[in-house]
Amino acid sequence: MVAVWVIVGLVVLAGLYVAFTYNRLVRTRVRAENAWSQIDVQLRRRYDLIPNLVEAVKGYAAHEREVFEEVARARSAAQQAQGIQGQAQAENELTRSLSRLIAVAENYPDLKASQNFLALQEELTATESRIAYARQFYNDEVQQLNTLIQAFPSNLVARLGTFQPREFFEIEEPARGPVSVTFPS
Amino acid sequence: MYEQIASNERKSVLIVLGALVFTGGLGYLFGLIIGGGSFGTAITGLAVALLLSAALSYWSYAHGDQLVLRTSRARAVTHEEEPRLHNVVEGLAIAAGLPKPAVYIVPEKAPNAFATGRDSEHSSIAVTQGLLDTMNRVELEGEIGHEMSHVRDLDILLGTIVATLVVADVLIAEFMLRWFWWGGMFGGGRSRGGDGEGAQGFALLAALGLVLALITPFFAQIIKLAMSRRREYLADVEGVKLTRYPPGLASALRKIAADPTPMRVANNATAHLWLNQPSRIHGEDNHWFENLFSTHPPIQDRIRILEEM
Repeated sequence: MVAVWVIVGLVVLAGLYVAFTYNRLVRTRVRAENAWSQIDVQLRRRYDLIPNLVEAVKGYAAHEREVFEEVARARSAAQQAQGIQGQAQAENELTRSLSRLIAVAENYPDLKASQNFLALQEELTATESRIAYARQFYNDEVQQLNTLIQAFPSNLVARLGTFQPREFFEIEEPARGPVSVTFPS
Repeated sequence: MYEQIASNERKSVLIVLGALVFTGGLGYLFGLIIGGGSFGTAITGLAVALLLSAALSYWSYAHGDQLVLRTSRARAVTHEEEPRLHNVVEGLAIAAGLPKPAVYIVPEKAPNAFATGRDSEHSSIAVTQGLLDTMNRVELEGEIGHEMSHVRDLDILLGTIVATLVVADVLIAEFMLRWFWWGGMFGGGRSRGGDGEGAQGFALLAALGLVLALITPFFAQIIKLAMSRRREYLADVEGVKLTRYPPGLASALRKIAADPTPMRVANNATAHLWLNQPSRIHGEDNHWFENLFSTHPPIQDRIRILEEM
């Protein structure tokens, strides 16, 4: 009699574990999907920002055609990129071309001092850090999801549904400004 | 992190229940005094007090953040006015996977910041003008990361409820004392006919008001217990987990520690909400009396921990 109750207890516990883990898998998958769409939103914001930035630089440095073309090429390549890895590579390319654009702009003091350019530069910095934060959040979620799918015993539960491990989104970190120890006067 | 959220929810419920019992008891006494010992009026007093404090608790849950923001003279700012601040807040909200909190500025020269609200869907982050003026982007990110952790861990719910209850206690005590003052004068006029009972009631009322007024400072102690210093260290660590850059927050705290400007809007009711203990006394270190009731760990310790990461 005692043995029967022990078995019933074990079965109930196992059932609870399966239900709990299944729900956790679903939750993590939804979070990872949401995190990916957040990355997508931020990448789009950067695409939308680029024409304005290029126009602003063109107003002072129209002859720097090479760098404008490079940025335009990288932008459309990023917009058409396929797959998570392809996207990451195209975005890295775009980031590099944008930093070259900013470096060119630095050579024109009038441009550097213009309010419009400063505002655009702030938006670019902010968008790139948002992309970095969205990537960080996405990768954390993916790591949790992949661990659940691959580690024992949750991997057994994962086989009950269609849970696929996701790819990490690996892009280069934007350079952080130096921490100034002096006070602005 | 999820443990922290559950513990904050539990503590919020406990504090509200405690406030209900306390005001219910007061109402009972109040009714007993007014009714001259009759059980019926005592029960009415109890019911009225419970109803009032339930209403107050609900109100502090739903609108406490507005009260906290208003007592700190915080002003909502648009993205156009303060693009950098808005961008940093939005970035860290993304990092924490939360909706973007409302953004406020407090017109104060001392660099400081706080977060308030009932949950991550209804949250606000306020920074002082001094913070915006002295911090560069990386430092600002460190601070906002700290505040964003308070939002995510629901420290803001507990902190806001505590702040509202302390403010309410101060108001009620003042109300009772004033009522005694005016009531005593009118009662004095009427008691010429020999009605000594009313005056006695008012005297007891005044005693209650006095007791309330006297225990108010001890609320600082309760706040200290509820809002343990541990959660400040925790918010530092979790904030850094969001920015992945400990030197940013460390450098910001160093600037705050070196800044001698005192805070004008700080008071006992909201002190625990701020990023760093708001000091009204000029000088680098807090006065020993402030340390006795301090809601925050010493800033040097927080910097040291960040530097060791």
